[in-house]
Amino acid sequence: MSGLAHLGTASYALQQTTKGEAVIFWLLAPIAVLAAMAMVLSRRAVHSALLLAVVMLCLATFYAAQDAPFLAFVQVIVYTGAIMMLFLFVLMLVGVSSADSLVETLRGQRAAAILGGLGFAVLLIALIGSAVSSMTVRGLTAANAGGNVQGIARLLFTRYVFAFEATSALLITAALGAMVLTHKELLVPKATQRQLAARRFADGDPSPLPGPGVYADHDAVDTPALLPDGSVAPGSVAPVLESMSAARFPRPDVLPLAEGDPQP
Amino acid sequence: MSVTASSALLVQGAGPQYVNATGLFTLSWVLIALPLLSAAVLLLTGRRANAWGHLLGCASVLCSFVLGLAMLFAMLGRSGPDRLIDQHLFSWIPAGSFQVEAGLLLDPLSMTFVLLITGVGGMIHIYSIGYMAHDPERRRFFGELNLFVAAMLLLVLGDSFLTLYVGWEGVGLASYLLIGFWSYKPTAATAAKKAFLVNRVGDVGLSLAIMLMFATFGTTSFAGVFSGADRMMAATATGIGLLLLLGACGKSAQFPLQSWLLDAMEGPTPVSALIHAATMVTAGVYLIARSNPIFDVSPNARLGVTIVGAVTLLFGATIGCAYDDIKKVLASSTMSQVGYMILAVGIGPGVYALGIVQLVCHGFFKATMFLGAGSVMHATKDNVNMRHYGGLRRLMPITFLTFTAGYLAIIGFPFFSGFYSKDKIIEAAFDKGGTSGLVLGSAALLGAGVTAYYMTRLMAMTFFGRPRWEEGVTPNESPRSMTMPMIVLGIGAVFAGALLTFVGDGLAGFLTPSLGPAEKGSPPVISASGQTLLILAVATVGAVIAYLQFGRRSVPDTARQDVPVVVTAARQALYGDAVNEAVFMRPGQYTTRALVFFDNFGVDGAVRGLAALVGGSSGRLRRVQTGFVRSYALLMFGGAALVVIGLTLAYAI
Amino acid sequence: MSPAYYLYLSAILFTVGAAGFLLRRNAVVVFMCVELMLNAVNLTLVTFARINGTLDGQIIAFFVMVVAAAEVVVGLAIIVTIFRTRQSASVDDVNLLKY
Repeated sequence: MSGLAHLGTASYALQQTTKGEAVIFWLLAPIAVLAAMAMVLSRRAVHSALLLAVVMLCLATFYAAQDAPFLAFVQVIVYTGAIMMLFLFVLMLVGVSSADSLVETLRGQRAAAILGGLGFAVLLIALIGSAVSSMTVRGLTAANAGGNVQGIARLLFTRYVFAFEATSALLITAALGAMVLTHKELLVPKATQRQLAARRFADGDPSPLPGPGVYADHDAVDTPALLPDGSVAPGSVAPVLESMSAARFPRPDVLPLAEGDPQP
Repeated sequence: MSVTASSALLVQGAGPQYVNATGLFTLSWVLIALPLLSAAVLLLTGRRANAWGHLLGCASVLCSFVLGLAMLFAMLGRSGPDRLIDQHLFSWIPAGSFQVEAGLLLDPLSMTFVLLITGVGGMIHIYSIGYMAHDPERRRFFGELNLFVAAMLLLVLGDSFLTLYVGWEGVGLASYLLIGFWSYKPTAATAAKKAFLVNRVGDVGLSLAIMLMFATFGTTSFAGVFSGADRMMAATATGIGLLLLLGACGKSAQFPLQSWLLDAMEGPTPVSALIHAATMVTAGVYLIARSNPIFDVSPNARLGVTIVGAVTLLFGATIGCAYDDIKKVLASSTMSQVGYMILAVGIGPGVYALGIVQLVCHGFFKATMFLGAGSVMHATKDNVNMRHYGGLRRLMPITFLTFTAGYLAIIGFPFFSGFYSKDKIIEAAFDKGGTSGLVLGSAALLGAGVTAYYMTRLMAMTFFGRPRWEEGVTPNESPRSMTMPMIVLGIGAVFAGALLTFVGDGLAGFLTPSLGPAEKGSPPVISASGQTLLILAVATVGAVIAYLQFGRRSVPDTARQDVPVVVTAARQALYGDAVNEAVFMRPGQYTTRALVFFDNFGVDGAVRGLAALVGGSSGRLRRVQTGFVRSYALLMFGGAALVVIGLTLAYAI
Repeated sequence: MSPAYYLYLSAILFTVGAAGFLLRRNAVVVFMCVELMLNAVNLTLVTFARINGTLDGQIIAFFVMVVAAAEVVVGLAIIVTIFRTRQSASVDDVNLLKY
């Protein structure tokens, strides 16, 4: 929007965004919506995280377009940078390999969620529609006159200073809480190398796990090893890969070796 | 104790003036304390006191008797009005304007009772030593007897209706304990319960009377109540009087609350003698005699008393003719004789004393006969069926002689005590004049004849005729400890009437300060000598009929069944229990059942239904808590949507 | 173009996030959906700041970001802890607290 417009046209200019902003909006808004829906529908959590990052970047752009450069940068740095990294970090921790089953276990949950979501959206949109019909846009030109960051800082350290201090306490508490929650008390002494080896022998499987590609019909890392009877050797492919390439596993009914054949 | 709501209400009027106790009379509390202490010792020390418990029990009562005797002589040394001696003991409930005082009143009336209770009671205590010799619980028996004596003394010595009530309930308790003394016998346990319950009906009457007195006079002390009595409304007096009569009916086994006395014979015989013949059942007579200022105000209440007395004396006498159980015959006789006393105290001023004379004489001769019955039972292995007695006069001469003394006394044989007591009451009833006098006198006269009949029947079946003992029964005379009291009481039965009539002013004269002077009402309908002859004639007829039926003929082993309806009815105690059952028990039972049904299906149904509703619905609602976070989230989402809709609508409107 | 379109966009994003919350079982993805909803709200706040001509909306959006950061830290820590004990990141597997 333009701060240079005359007073007479200013109101109109404020009510309507600039062409550039409109272009940006119509370009990015569908991307944001599609990315959001894809995020919800994606089977893989990693994909969801990346799609969420796309949505957040879109939003950062919208912030910048709406005279909120400070928030735009904070959005990029804190959300897209820090929080999404944290998400990905945790995803790695809890198993990137696990893809969600899309089979719904709670009866009626999916239908209720979709119908409820549609209804809610319609409700909100109708509400907004009726609310904005008499809307007057004032614009932030005056508020941002001394600079957006300065304006925010002024408010933050004057009117909102107590809330600001409270958030700092909240952050400290959250940091401590995260440490406490993820801290793992070592209740028994950590097993030494020797003890681990002894345990493996005691379990009756002292040999290393079979490597992928051994006796297999392909030498890619995601091809499982075959046992002498032709069945798949469990544990011969990393679980992450196993989850990603189910199609490559030989099915039991097409075993390459028939019963009684000479062993390779 | 006297209850005083406000001292202003305590009016000093025409009532008796009590003098404060001095000298020996300050020890009147000891009369009660001695047996009470003994009872406490006997009941609390347990088996350690087994060896000497009975001796302590006897000694305490005899000491009370001696003390009472000393007080009697001290009292005789005073002039008439000074014989009403009140002793304030302590403030029972000193609560602001609500003051309850504890005090004892020793006057000729209570003096008479004190001596009767401790004297006859002492004799019966001594008798019990022998009678209960083989009972392992003898010590407890004596403890409870002492408790009874203490309670009875408190009853007659209390100087207010409240104190009287304490003693009243105390004797009820002792009676309950002693009837149920052999509580391992279901009959005894049931009889004790029955006595307690029937007495409770009467006690409610007495307690209501006391409450009414307190509401009317603001006090329950004798002094306060009697001094205000003559200014009382007649209706109030009638109400109090009839309630007192209800109380008296309960304790004295008068019609319609007579049913417990026959069953009370399940208790040991000394108990029957002491409590259910000589003393406790006369408490009702004492109550009415003591309350004479109230009855003086209300002729209606007095008429009620006479009716109850007349009905009961015939009622008891009729029952007495039918029973074969010697103790139950004596119990019916007691009902009948107490009926005479009630009749006497109901007739009114001047005749109160006759009731008391009859009471004292009856105490002697009935105790004698009960102890004699106990002696007979003792000799026949606790058999109470008179059809299994017979011919005992030679084997048990002392029992026979003392019993005969009691027998002659009760039928009013000339110069025996009944002649001076009962016959006087019959004369007084006739002298009352008018139709009521004639009816009451005729009833009393008829009662005398029936009394002679059943007592002669009893004598004939027990002591005469051929022996009809059961196998293995070899009767012989009872030990000295049993015969000695019988002799003493038998002497009393013979001479008490004459002594109490002719020594000095007689008992009537002695009682004048308490009960007012003996006075003659309207001129006698029939001359005194004519009446005496008439009574003797009627009694003789009764006795002769009984002799012809039971003395001349042999007594069959079982009662004949082909008898008139009236005999069958008498054998069923004139259907007293059946009436109680039909009138009180059955409706109560049905009401209870209906209420139980209503409780189960109405009240409980509502409560349980509500509980089931809440439980069932919450059990179903519980299923909402699936544990799945997403389900909860869906609900939250729905709720949020509802809030949005609500806000929209709120702003739209 | 009216700035109101930003509001429509945020309503759609919010609804998508809410639906995702209800549909997905992976706790981490569920968390992402929560973040999406918070972001949608932030967009609303920023748009309203513009409409009203004051910076307070932006301040509140800033606070939302801070609180979201704290929430993500604690929430993810909880997810990690649960995963450690139950070997699962599915919210449906954490259903012992029920009738």
